[in-house]
Amino acid sequence: MRETKRAVLVLEDGTTFEGRSFGYEASTAGEVVFNTAMTGYPESLTDPSYEGQILVTTYPILGNYGVPPRRTKDQVSEYMEGDRIHCKAIVAQDYSFHHSHWQAERSLADWLKDEKIPGIYGIDTRALTKHLREKGSMLGKIIVEGCEEPETYDPNKENLVAKVSCKEVEEHGHGDKTVVLVDCGVKHNIIRCLTRRGVKVIRVPWDYDFNTINYDGLFISNGPGDPDFAQATVDNIRKAIEKGKPICGICMGNQLLSKAAGAKTYKLKYGHRSHNQPVMQVGTTRCFVTSQNHGFAVDQTTLPSDWEPLFVNMNDGTNEGIRHKTKPFFSAQFHPEASSGPKDTEFLFDDFIKLL
Amino acid sequence: MNIDPTIKKVLLLGSGALKIGEAGEFDYSGSQALKAMKEEGISTVLINPNIATVQTSDGFADKIYFLPVTADFVEKVIKKERPDGILLAFGGQTALNCGVELYRKGILEKYNVKVLGTPVQAIMDTEDRELFVKKLDEIDVKTIKSEAVESIADAKRAAAELGYPVIVRAAYALGGLGSGFCDNEEELVALTEKALSFSPQVLVEKSLKGWKEVEYEVVRDRFDNCITVCNMENFDPLGIHTGESIVVAPSQTLSNEDYHYLRKLAIKIIRHIGIVGECNVQYAFDPESMDYRVIEVNARLSRSSALASKATGYPLAFVAAKLGLGYGLFDLKNSVTKETSAFFEPALDYIVCKIPRWDLGKFHGVRREIGSSMKSVGEVMAIGRTFEEVIQKGLRMIGQGMHGFVGNKPINTPDIDKALSEPTDKRIFVIAQAMKEGYSVDRIHDLTKIDKWFLYRLQNIMTTADELALANSLDEVAPALLRQAKEQGFSDFQVARAVLKDNMTNAEEASSEVRKLRKANGIVPVVKQIDTLAAEYPAQTNYLYLTYNGSKNDIDYENDNKSIVVLGSGAYRIGSSVEFDWCSVNALLTVKQQGWRSVMINYNPETVSTDYDMCDRLYFDELTFERVMDILDLEQPHGTILSVGGQIPNNLAMRLDAEHINILGTTAKSIDNAEDRNKFSEMLDRLKIDQPRWRELTSLADINKFIDEVGFPVLVRPSYVLSGAAMNVCSNPEELERFLRLAANVSKQHPVVVTEFIQNAKEIEMDAVAQNGEIKVYAISEHIEFAGVHSGDATIQFPPQKLYVETMRRIKKVSSQIAKALNISGPFNIQFLAKNNDIKVIECNLRASRSFPFVSKVLKINFIDLATRVMLGMDVEKPKKNAFDLDYVGIKASQFSFSRLQGADPVLGVDMSSTGEVGCIGMDTSEAILKAMLSVGMRIPKKGVLLSTGTPKQKADMLESAHKLHNKGYRIYATGGTHRFLNDNGIPAIHVYWPSQADMQPQALQLLHDKEIDLVVNVPKNLTPTELGNGHKIRRAAIDLNIPLLTNARLAAAFIEAFTTLSLDDIEIRSWDEY
Repeated sequence: MRETKRAVLVLEDGTTFEGRSFGYEASTAGEVVFNTAMTGYPESLTDPSYEGQILVTTYPILGNYGVPPRRTKDQVSEYMEGDRIHCKAIVAQDYSFHHSHWQAERSLADWLKDEKIPGIYGIDTRALTKHLREKGSMLGKIIVEGCEEPETYDPNKENLVAKVSCKEVEEHGHGDKTVVLVDCGVKHNIIRCLTRRGVKVIRVPWDYDFNTINYDGLFISNGPGDPDFAQATVDNIRKAIEKGKPICGICMGNQLLSKAAGAKTYKLKYGHRSHNQPVMQVGTTRCFVTSQNHGFAVDQTTLPSDWEPLFVNMNDGTNEGIRHKTKPFFSAQFHPEASSGPKDTEFLFDDFIKLL
Repeated sequence: MNIDPTIKKVLLLGSGALKIGEAGEFDYSGSQALKAMKEEGISTVLINPNIATVQTSDGFADKIYFLPVTADFVEKVIKKERPDGILLAFGGQTALNCGVELYRKGILEKYNVKVLGTPVQAIMDTEDRELFVKKLDEIDVKTIKSEAVESIADAKRAAAELGYPVIVRAAYALGGLGSGFCDNEEELVALTEKALSFSPQVLVEKSLKGWKEVEYEVVRDRFDNCITVCNMENFDPLGIHTGESIVVAPSQTLSNEDYHYLRKLAIKIIRHIGIVGECNVQYAFDPESMDYRVIEVNARLSRSSALASKATGYPLAFVAAKLGLGYGLFDLKNSVTKETSAFFEPALDYIVCKIPRWDLGKFHGVRREIGSSMKSVGEVMAIGRTFEEVIQKGLRMIGQGMHGFVGNKPINTPDIDKALSEPTDKRIFVIAQAMKEGYSVDRIHDLTKIDKWFLYRLQNIMTTADELALANSLDEVAPALLRQAKEQGFSDFQVARAVLKDNMTNAEEASSEVRKLRKANGIVPVVKQIDTLAAEYPAQTNYLYLTYNGSKNDIDYENDNKSIVVLGSGAYRIGSSVEFDWCSVNALLTVKQQGWRSVMINYNPETVSTDYDMCDRLYFDELTFERVMDILDLEQPHGTILSVGGQIPNNLAMRLDAEHINILGTTAKSIDNAEDRNKFSEMLDRLKIDQPRWRELTSLADINKFIDEVGFPVLVRPSYVLSGAAMNVCSNPEELERFLRLAANVSKQHPVVVTEFIQNAKEIEMDAVAQNGEIKVYAISEHIEFAGVHSGDATIQFPPQKLYVETMRRIKKVSSQIAKALNISGPFNIQFLAKNNDIKVIECNLRASRSFPFVSKVLKINFIDLATRVMLGMDVEKPKKNAFDLDYVGIKASQFSFSRLQGADPVLGVDMSSTGEVGCIGMDTSEAILKAMLSVGMRIPKKGVLLSTGTPKQKADMLESAHKLHNKGYRIYATGGTHRFLNDNGIPAIHVYWPSQADMQPQALQLLHDKEIDLVVNVPKNLTPTELGNGHKIRRAAIDLNIPLLTNARLAAAFIEAFTTLSLDDIEIRSWDEY
């Protein structure tokens, strides 16, 4: 039998799930969330929106295709969504100790070990997911055999956006038009989707006053945690709204744009984290399968009268995007850049670029 | 709502008889479509001659026509019924082809019938290879192309364009003559030179050898909304037909990028083609890059879509039918959660594995290699949470005596490398042998091109087996190791065998020991739901499976003693297919109707019984003793029904009874008394019921002594058989000796039974239901063929038209005696031989038989409903009606799939070889037989008939037919003996020669090739290899050239009688309820 250490996941309500360690052998703590995607663990692990979270994959087998090399192009990673693993840990039913893929450079376990991230398997992730669904997302700890029990850590009490945002202004790509990208924890594929369309991207920290820059369009990225922490961004967006240049937002960007417009946000019971969220464009018969990863949502009843919902979730009716009735401002709660997940809504980038 | 209000009546085309490549999946998709129409209040007309299906039962379609699915007949039905719309996508290739023909002939337009769903033009764009390639070229999607060249220079250019490696094939050359792979120009030149010497034209094609094969099931509505419901990956790389491959869902070795790249392409394709409803896109995918080719697109529900529906819980056929009516996906709800939208893509939190079931052993002369054409007759689907678990479950489910990946009797392949690189139906077990002999994953990968991920996972199983083998007794097995083994899908038996090795004397006891041991250690499986959303939303789903990879049950059991568990029939195979699904579904319906909780266990994705709508709880899981006990432990049912799912559940009777399981209906002891030949025979002797002389023997000397007594021919077989597995007629000592060597291999536990074989006897079936030993309803039917043709292959007539009243009375009396003696409560079937008025019992099964749906539908009394009520302990009245009241006749005819089985000899014997059947009703035998024979692919000849009619007796039997053919103006061709016989009897015939008489003219084969002959009647004198060898080439040529072939004199006579006395226009177009 394979010699792996025992590892226990302890939830804040005292529920425990026992499994075995395959990643870095250390204990950790964070908020436990589940994702129902069947592929895309390298993307998810490096997605800054997962900062502070312990990721539970409902798809039972993990690690099949290893991990692609870390390569950069235009100053962003080519296969990953961030510069490092943002999840606190990853939890699965079954880990594939052997992987097979032409692009793989190493195994998931080796990568986790390098980045000092625990991984556990042998957990009934379906039972765990049902528990989280019924009780809501909750804090949890992973205690690996022989390692000390960690302190409880609640990422929601921290300004995660500040933690994962870039610290200095960076430039990516080339083009006649300039897009300011507010980095609240931007997934690299958003940058790739913009630069691929031939624009220059000026990536600024979350609280940077980008109104000082002469830009053609403003893009507000995704990001982790509670949008209330990003008040500084909201204030800057408000000024940009006044200015009237095209604005687009994704995920956290949708929430921050909504807040800047005057709407409110709230925490969902257990969030949307999957590749199969159906959304409908309001007032049309157009439906899209979308990739999502968010714990907070916009209360669309609080949208001011010159704004309207753009997309709505077909399962639970929550807001999936807003737009201004007359001005070139719109945003999506889901991830048109996908990575991981379906690419059905990537046209939103084209829509944005056309506005510039 | 977006529904088209002009559609009030819809015609649905079924797929006809089950055949290789077109099986039960279309009963499932058709039933779903009918259900969808019904929900909308649309009236439905169904054409499907497959009488054993669920869709052709009461309560599915409003009108059912048991008629051939051909343009002629469909037009007649359209003329009569005047439907507003037609559904073409739910009856496989048969329905699709028929639909295209109706469209081309302008029939749909003439009668103003609207094609619902995908337009016919889109269907044609996907069906015609050239159009298809052109269509996808329009959107720069790559397809597999071959270029025809006639010179080496052109070959070089073509290869350079395609990129090496390439395949070179000589056009118009059979059997792959002159074809091969080329890695570079040098090899190309050499091979092309050679190929050009065989053929003026050479095809150059990009070699995709070793590429992955991946499929997507895509749905589109008329608003252009698209989803991919499921993707699937073949374990076997390109080159093996997807129907022949082990398949997993979701894909396992694709990265997110790969997955969504192909997904996006699939959506692009479906939009461009203009599908409305469902289609599947098959890809070849380079394992070393993101290069791909589209292999094909099926613009209809397919085997894969049925599998995808079962794999995900997303009812593709149901949704596709609704989309055909004009709905948008956003109008429909997810039928599992009932709350969320049908516009979504299922998230699986489990893995499924499909494994084909082959029955190649049933055919003489067939090639065992699997490849680009389909040969499998059924499939299974295993659900679990690791690959190890599902592959092992699946290998048990296919039911060919294997226990999983390990723990099997060694197959001892002499040349492992060859068996790995040239796959047969046994390849997965060759991989096990190779691993056992130390082959590395890399080496196996090189030989098979199977992705290493799968091989590593198989290696895990092997490693666990080796670790178990370190223990010498079960007590020595560490609980953690035992748990790991169970998580990897080991059965209790596999654990026992690994540990005890050759010291395992009693397999059942040893397995029970393992069971006790693991229960004591708390190692039990948990029940999980399939809910389409990986637990993200609450779901009240009743679709379940068991796994050891989990710690908590999804279900809270009521423990109210209100469940009735029905065991299904498992994989379709020769001898057990859709008819038992019909029985299972009907049992479930009655159970539910009577206020019980209906619970199904079955694992065949092609069935209606595994549609979670059909029961209160569905366990999509194994039908092994171990798993059934696991489920019964959880379910704590009131009772369990074993008698509607064929032989698999029936075989569990004794073991379940030993565990004090409440088996409903006939007791296990009675079942055993009927199954055990000795006990049964003793009983018959006691009751003074005649039976053919037989003896159970263990040595050749004893057998020879017995044969001295009864004489040749004799029937030789092991006990406990279904569909005549390993059964054979031996006509002389050499054949006997040869066959016994094979039979002894088949089953050591059961001795060989030798029975006298009575020639020229009638075979008669008694299907009945009894309660406490008293027959409540019965149906006696007669075989058209004489005994010697397996009852599953025979053409059956009900009610009988040519039996003496005296014979019928005797059969009824004997059946009553047997029912009483075995105290039968439930369904049963007895087979009789009758010669003059003497009847002999040949077999008795205390379960529903293959002919239950047929007799139930012809008589219009549901035998299974009645039997189920009996088993539930209700008082059942004898129905007032009986077969004498019927003023029409039903004929059940068999469908053969020889055209798919290259090399197989299409001759019928005691071993069953048909893959499906039809049942048609007519006002007399001729009308019914004509409909039935046309339904199984026979055609009325237009020119010439080749007769070669066997023994003098058979020749005499056929004389009248020959007269009729002659009088009708057919040209008759006959081989030597038959020619002489016909001439002597004043029938002009043209003498033709056997292939063995090569220097004589005219050659029968040449006439077949020239299409001068459009019906072949070739009756072997007997089934000896010499005799069979003679006609093999002619029979095979008939099959390969798609010329109707009959090999039985009595059936041929009946068919000839039918088409010489009736014309197509004489056939009445009557629906089932009009009889």
